Amino acid sequence: MRHIVNPDIYDVVIVGSGAGGGMAAYVLAQAGAKVAMLEAGPMWDAAADGDMFTWNYTSRARGASSKEKPFGEFDGCIGGWEIEGEPYTRAEGTEWDWFRARMLGGRTNHWGRISLRFGPDDFRGYSLDGLGDDWPIGYEDLAPWYDKLDRLVGIFGNRDGFYNEPDGDFLPPPAPRLHELLVMQGAARLGIPVLANRLSILTKARNGRVACHFCGQCGRGCATGSNFSSPTALLPPALDTGRLTIVDQAMAREILTDQEGLATGVSYVNRNDMQEYAVRGRVVVLAASACETARLLLNSTSSRHPAGLANASGVVGRYLMDSTGASVAGIFPQLVGRAAYNEDGVGGAHIYIPWFGQDARRDFARGYHLEVWGGRDQPSYGFMGGIHTINNLFEDRPRGGGGYGMQLKQDYRDLYGSVVGFSARGEMIARYDNYCEIDPDATDQYGIPVLRFHVRWSDEEYRQIKHAQEASRQLVEAMGGEVLTPMPSEEEGYGILAPGRIIHEVGTARMGNDPARAPLNAWCQAHDARNVFVTDGAPFVSQAHKNATWTILALAWRTADRIVELRNAGAL
Amino acid sequence: MNRRESLKLLALALGATAPGALTAAGCRWTASDAERAARQAESARAEGDFSPSFFTDEEYETARVLADLIIPADERSGSATEAGVPEFMDFMVLDRVAMQQPMREGLAWLNAWSRERFGDSFAACAQAQRMELVEAIAWPEDADPALAEGVAFFNFFRDLTASGFWTTEAGMADLGYMGNVFVHEWTGAPKSEIERLGLSEAPWETL
Repeated sequence: MRHIVNPDIYDVVIVGSGAGGGMAAYVLAQAGAKVAMLEAGPMWDAAADGDMFTWNYTSRARGASSKEKPFGEFDGCIGGWEIEGEPYTRAEGTEWDWFRARMLGGRTNHWGRISLRFGPDDFRGYSLDGLGDDWPIGYEDLAPWYDKLDRLVGIFGNRDGFYNEPDGDFLPPPAPRLHELLVMQGAARLGIPVLANRLSILTKARNGRVACHFCGQCGRGCATGSNFSSPTALLPPALDTGRLTIVDQAMAREILTDQEGLATGVSYVNRNDMQEYAVRGRVVVLAASACETARLLLNSTSSRHPAGLANASGVVGRYLMDSTGASVAGIFPQLVGRAAYNEDGVGGAHIYIPWFGQDARRDFARGYHLEVWGGRDQPSYGFMGGIHTINNLFEDRPRGGGGYGMQLKQDYRDLYGSVVGFSARGEMIARYDNYCEIDPDATDQYGIPVLRFHVRWSDEEYRQIKHAQEASRQLVEAMGGEVLTPMPSEEEGYGILAPGRIIHEVGTARMGNDPARAPLNAWCQAHDARNVFVTDGAPFVSQAHKNATWTILALAWRTADRIVELRNAGAL
Repeated sequence: MNRRESLKLLALALGATAPGALTAAGCRWTASDAERAARQAESARAEGDFSPSFFTDEEYETARVLADLIIPADERSGSATEAGVPEFMDFMVLDRVAMQQPMREGLAWLNAWSRERFGDSFAACAQAQRMELVEAIAWPEDADPALAEGVAFFNFFRDLTASGFWTTEAGMADLGYMGNVFVHEWTGAPKSEIERLGLSEAPWETL
């Protein structure tokens, strides 16, 4: 293919500007490397382009979500499960919903900032229960980078000393909201632990970034840069070196290789003019998101890499994982007609329910955590939707729920902020049979072959979510509330969401010491192309039940340090 | 806890917060809030020349009457039409194709039923007649199964009315939403509320 070739040769070309790409750029540019970064979407600046503090009533749609903005019209993330012109397919009888962001910072613009370290057990699942594989590294190998990360980016939490939830270098956590204290009381009755949440939101100023102002709108993009996203914390210092060049609207097509099979750069389609370009580099770092990275590797075929770059093992795209997910909500009489005050807080829960069943007899592997939601947040489209299924619980409603007029109007006032919910996020087992591959029959609007997914939940995940449903329902009752929805049946998969819905996908180019079984070595370096590295979620050997970003960041930093070390030693 | 006990609790909770009690409990619905809501309602009325893009004239009139039956004015805030709910609905339904059929068919169902019962469209009926019709479809658990279509429409329309009303400036003021502002110091839940619910503060050090 003919390309318009950038005359510069960079030390490193990074694909993706999110957590993994941002961290690689931060480390490598500061180490003196000349770095080019490709981003498939536009530049985006939360202060100029975000909607923090926008009132929902300023829009005719009142903040409603849409296909283009699945988390509401003022959400700061450009992307979704469906992107115009960028299809993907699923094998018959399988599921996968693929969320992609197309903007500077990628999906660090969309997430709850729940920043959990993987614990010692999360790196050795196979040794503990015989499922999946162990990582080629342990917690102690990654811990120094988690520590550096805490200090650089900032994270609040409490040093709890809790099983498999390693403590970090924490800023003070915000006091819990009212309904969160109610959760703590109910959980205590059941012996379920509750910890202060661990979010990468600054409760104190740090490294030139100001502290949070508690508007609860992290998801809209923080104009003061007080929460973590790649563009608030990583890209500015990288750009300050003068050695980072960001190429936006650049949709990567493939990694270019030479006759020895080493990477020489990356080709991409410029979305502004739809022309083919190439940028050359001595090292290529893939941080395009687990599935996009797999797609890039699989699309980069050559005589040296007939099955795709870094794919001599044949497992690129394999062992794809997401978190399991299901939610339960309840209404709480104590919270009906509660006092009015501002409880926006940080953009997420102030408490966290870690996995608590490791010692209990159970019929599924691995664990889950519970995320808590509720409170009197800014009314938006969908406000108290389905109230007829909530106010029917009042004893003084001889005719049941619903209604109209003055009584209904008062119900809305009284019930506002009285619903609390739990969302379970659990660990999916890594399996060879859950994978993505190149669909031979489909391309996107850039002519790039697209992914076809083959993913199914197994009984492990179904039984885990059944347990999470039951535990959440017990918790609602222990808090004195009433669950709003019936327990989903086995046929309904106990309410488990489709894989991909939790947006924690990892594992398509896993690490491993054996080149026959893993595309990357223990430093996230391709076994069969030494100047190719991966710094997104693809290298994960297992998923843990934990939100992946903090581990992506720590692993990316470790990988970038390794690149510097190898380069200085003349090995790259 | 069994369902019966839980329901009792809920009724108790409601008893503790009879209308008016909420205001005293700190809703901070001030005179200036009321004045602002009144101004907004006034300006909504002043926009009398609004011509709907989705609704036909008869549909629009039906929607206006129905929305105000669902959320009428009281001493704390104006009605659904005063808050611009019909205009909001016209936009949303135009914007969301999936809502067009339920809205159009639902309004047609209501008017057809109204003509059958009282010989007139819903909006042209007397208020007592409209109330009689609404009473029959507003209570899903108590409604005649033969009116299931009307009940489903009313649930849909109630939800959309609530979305349109409570997301206005006046609706948020009525609810006592006090956020979306810069907060210098996060202090957690008020002590009085923590005590009222018999809760304890977090056992860990907080900000």
